[in-house]
Parts: sequence; C-alpha cells; structure tokens
Amino acid sequence: MSTSQLVLEAQDIRKTFHDPVTVEVLKGVSLEVKKGEFVSIIGKSGCGKSTLLYILSTMDTDYQGTLRLGGETTGSKNHAALAALRNAYIGFVFQFHYLLPEFSVLENVMLPGLKLARKSREELEHHAIERLQMLGIADQARKKASMLSGGQKQRVAIARALINDPLIVMGDEPTGNLDRKNSDLVFDIFRDLASERGQALLVVTHDMEFAAKTDRIIEMDDGRIIS
Amino acid sequence: MKYKLLLYIAWNLLTARLRQSIIAGIGVTFGITMFITLMGFMTGLNGLLDGLILNRTPHIRLYNELEASDKQPIEQHPDYSNHLLMQRSIKPVDRGRGLYNGGAALEALKQDPRVLGVAPKTQSQVFYHVGTTDITGLVQGIDPAEEERLFHVSDYIVKGELESLKRVENGIILGYGIAEKMLADLGDMVQVSSATGEKATLKIVGLYQSGLAEVDNSQSYVSLATAQKLAGQGAGYFTDIQIKLHDLNRAPELSKEFASVYKAQAVDIQTANAQFDTGSSIRNLISYAVSITLLIVAGFGIYNILNMMIYEKMDSIAILKATGFSGRDVQWIFLLLSMIIGFSGGILGLGFGYALSSLIDVLPFETEALPTIKTYPVNFDPVYYFTGVSFALATTWVAGWFPAKKASKVDPVDIIRGK
Ligand SMILES: Nc1ncnc2c1ncn2[C@@H]1O[C@H](COP(=O)(O)OP(=O)(O)O)[C@@H](O)[C@H]1O
Ligand SMILES: [Mg+2]
Repeated sequence: MSTSQLVLEAQDIRKTFHDPVTVEVLKGVSLEVKKGEFVSIIGKSGCGKSTLLYILSTMDTDYQGTLRLGGETTGSKNHAALAALRNAYIGFVFQFHYLLPEFSVLENVMLPGLKLARKSREELEHHAIERLQMLGIADQARKKASMLSGGQKQRVAIARALINDPLIVMGDEPTGNLDRKNSDLVFDIFRDLASERGQALLVVTHDMEFAAKTDRIIEMDDGRIIS
Repeated sequence: MKYKLLLYIAWNLLTARLRQSIIAGIGVTFGITMFITLMGFMTGLNGLLDGLILNRTPHIRLYNELEASDKQPIEQHPDYSNHLLMQRSIKPVDRGRGLYNGGAALEALKQDPRVLGVAPKTQSQVFYHVGTTDITGLVQGIDPAEEERLFHVSDYIVKGELESLKRVENGIILGYGIAEKMLADLGDMVQVSSATGEKATLKIVGLYQSGLAEVDNSQSYVSLATAQKLAGQGAGYFTDIQIKLHDLNRAPELSKEFASVYKAQAVDIQTANAQFDTGSSIRNLISYAVSITLLIVAGFGIYNILNMMIYEKMDSIAILKATGFSGRDVQWIFLLLSMIIGFSGGILGLGFGYALSSLIDVLPFETEALPTIKTYPVNFDPVYYFTGVSFALATTWVAGWFPAKKASKVDPVDIIRGK
C-alpha cells in the first residue's frame, strides 16, 4: 500500500506525567494505521493505552513526537483547528457512551454532522437514519437517548462516530461495559465497517477474544509497543 | 449557521432544566419589572413636579423694581472723582412699577429668534371687598392666549374657563381661597379697589387653584386692560414681561443681555429655582440604584444556576469537545443559554413592568396641591423599556461569562479518563 493510504502515522510519541511524581507513561511509541485496517491495541492495565489513544485523537496535545492524520501534521495546530480536525477525521467510541440525555437518539447522532455543516439538516438526518439502520436501532431514533439500554446506547455512540464518514474510528474499550452478546454485536459491526466500507479502526481492548479477530494486534507494555 | 447550532444546543440544555431556568429568569423578570415601574413612576412624578415649576415659571422675567440709584450725583462731578464718597442721599424717584417702554420691548422680544414666546403681565395691588372687610391681594392682568400657550394656566382653572377673560369685559378669575372666603361663585360680582384708588366691579368668570395656598388666597387673573385700568395707567403699561426661550439653558446669559437692552431687572429660571432639578436627579438615582441592585441579585442567581448546570453537564461538554466543538463553541453555548434566560426574563419584565405601570397610572391620586391631576403620573417613555432590556442582557452576559469561560476550559481527557 502507498503512503497516501496511511490514515494515521505516529512517530516516537512520548508522554510524561508530573503529578504526583514524574513518570514517563509513553516511552516512544510509533505506529501506522492504513485505510480499511482493523487494528487492536492490547496490554496490561496501566501500560498507557488510553493515554496513547487520547494523544492520537488530538484531544491531548501535551506530548513529544509527531502525529499525522490524513497526511496533515497536527503539531502546529491550535485547539480550535484540532477540534475541527477531530470533527472531520475522527470518530470516537468510549467505554461510556457519552450521549447527551437532553437530545433524541437521532439528534445525538447528528450533532457532529451539524457541527461539520457539510450536509443540510435533511441530508444529515437521512444519513443518520441510515447509520442507525445499519446498527439495527433505527426504530429508537426518536426516543430520548436516556431511554435506551446499555447496548443500544453504545450502538448509538458508534453511529455518532460514523456520521461524518471519518478517516479513522478510535475506540477505548468500547465493549468494556457490555455483556458478551452485545460485545459480539459491536465487534461484528466494526468488522463489517472495515471490510465492507474500508473503514480504518483502532480499538483498545482487554478482550483477547475480540482482539484475536482483528487484522493486526499491537501489544503494549509499560509505555512501549512490544509486538 | 454556526450560531444557529449553538443556540439549538443551548436551547435544549435549557429546556431540559426548565424549572431552574425559569427560577433564574424570574429573578431577571423581577428586576426589570421593578426597573420599568420605578422609572415610569419616578420620572412621571419628576415630570409632574418639574412641570409645576417649568410650566408656571418664565425662563426670564423682566420687571422693574424700586432700587436706589446706582450713581449718586456727586460721583458724576469730575472734582470728586478721586475721593472717597460717603454721601448717598438721593432717593429713587417713583416712576411706578411699569417697565420702561414696555410695549416696544414686548414687540422687539417677539421678533427675537431666540425667544419662543413672550407674555406681558400687569400686576396691581388690590383690596377685594367682602361685606365690610377688605382682603388684600394681587390682580394679574394677562394676555389669556399667550399665557395659556406658554404657561398652561388653564390646567389650574377648576371652574369656568380662561377664554372668558377675552369675551367678558371686566371678567375676573378668582383664586380659590378668596372665592371661599367671599362665598362667591361663578357669575357673582366682586368689588375691587386698587392701591391707587381705582375701583372696579368685576364678574367672576372662573376660579383657579394653583395648589399654593398663599397664591390661591390672594391672587386673581383679569385681562390686561382691566389691570391697566386698576393701576390707573394706559395700554402700554406692563409690570412684567415673561419670556420663554427655545433653549432653557441660555436663560442666565440672555437674562443679562435683556436686562441691559430693555433697562429692566431680569431674573432667570435657574437663579429663581436653583434647587429644582436636585430632587429629580436624586429620584432617578434611587430608581437606578434599586433596579441595578435587583439585577445584580438576579445575575448571581443566573451565575449559580449556570455553574451548577455546567457541573452537571461535564460529560456533555466533554463529548461535545471530543466530537469537534471548540472551546469557543462551548463558551457560546452557555453564554447563549444565559442570554436566553436574560432576554426572556427581561421581555417578561417589560410586560409586567408595563402592566404594573398601567395599574399605577389609573390609581386615583388626588391632592389639593395638584387640582388637575386625578391619577398617579406615570411615564411610559420607551427609552426605559430599551434600557431595561439592555440591562437584562448586560447582566446575564456578565453572569454567564464566567461559568461559560469555565466550561470552555474543560479538558475532555480529564472527564473521560475519570469514567
Ligand atoms: N492525569 C494523570 N496524572 C498522572 N498519572 C496518570 C494520569 N493519567 C494516567 N496516569 C498514569 O498513566 C499510566 C497509564 O494510564 P492509562 O493510559 O490510563 O493506562 P491504560 O489505559 O493502559 O490502562 C497509569 O499508570 C496511570 O496511573
Ligand atoms: Mg484505559
């Protein structure tokens, strides 16, 4: 694959916390994710997986090393520009769903799209419904987000991550709060996204069964990639 | 587009916390209601009280008062020009109270472009004869049309009408107090004699009540001709020329000029009523102080509720930022939220303020002192409504600013890691 197919490139990422004592949590991490690739990150609790993901998603800007998203170097951008970059390029799924309880399911899915403002409200609504259909929860679209079950909420969060057709979807233990059945469901969704839509995915998990089914496993230990 | 989305989010956050938002809004509503009502009432009262003075008082009054001659004859003698002169024996000659060449002065003043209007007056000391006793008093000869145009005298005429002075020869509009003492009413005849010995029988065509007992117990209005006759003088005899200017503030300066040009004494309204606007400005100050205090309290209410809302909404703020809303967007969301509360609270306050003002406006307010006023005076000047809304928006902007700034600084990583 050519380099233009690289959606994410990280080189020698280092991160140090100073509170309460100075600890180097990431000790030079480099990784690449290509278009359509489904990558998982595994490792012991506390080895720096979440920290890495927050850096890769541009939310954390306090690190050393270079990060390129869709060919753009992020280092020189200010917070507003990074927010715009996240909006357009990255879909994020966390362990917790983070749906806005005041809004309906559909509105929750649409919000990042409304922010991006590339599509009209009608187009976006259509697009969002399509995503919800794909995830099997289109019938819940008009409900308040707070009315849904845990598994349903997580699927809404995935639909939200997909609304702007991002370059890459990142997940930080997205199945961590789900039972086996729902975890499998979420995994199948990710699998389909990667193989059928060419969606790049980078997912942190401690679920070995889950990781085993991805295209590539990155194993971390104590702030380094070991395999 | 951008603000539409932020407004939409703000609106949804607000409606989800409707009860708290309404409570925050009520604070603003209360503040603005009080502002509108107080301002309307206070300035209404100010207008009334100022009117009492401004309507009745000429900006400049020219008159001729007896005074010692400025220059004693000895001072004019060259031989004594360097001497200390102690001899001041020459007494003024009584040329009467009439203005020097009053008729000509009147015509000249009417032509003066700085002058809005001129009303001549001829005053004469009189006795009103009641049975066997005499009441001393003052008769004011006026030009009814000009007097009405410039000083709204008919506001104080409680019975009969001003125009009768023109129609009825020998008509008199009697002060209410005198009429009461004389048991006289419209249509009755009164005997009047002047200090110079002139006598007249006048017909009562009206009664007036100025609100000042001293005036009502002694003064009455007659036509200029009647007053001149009582003074034993001809048609050019005026004791006062009352002047209204286009620009009230030029009165002190023009008063000096007119005094020298027309060889008379002059007094301007500022000198005559030095204290008159002190009361007004203090009443305004109180109204502003009370309203601003109420609004500050309302502002703290909004500040608290917004802080609480932001604390509750940490997750929402974090995900908004994670999905691409900038710190500035988040700040706008909460600022808009605050402004919605301020705006709707303020508009509601205008409504209530207007309603309360209208209520006060029809409340009976009857006082001897102000015979033509039947209800409380209320000023409905839209300026105060604009000021009110601006206050509400400014207060909520400030109250919303700090919590909103805090929200904009929320680090999504901190929140997300905490879960
Ligand atoms: N804000 C912080 N201040 C100090 N240390 C932190 C902070 N956040 C995380 N850490 C430390 O960094 C290390 C890596 O954390 P994290 O990336 O959450 O691990 P993982 O997600 O792999 O379980 C841990 O030892 C954790 O205690
Ligand atoms: Mg973690």
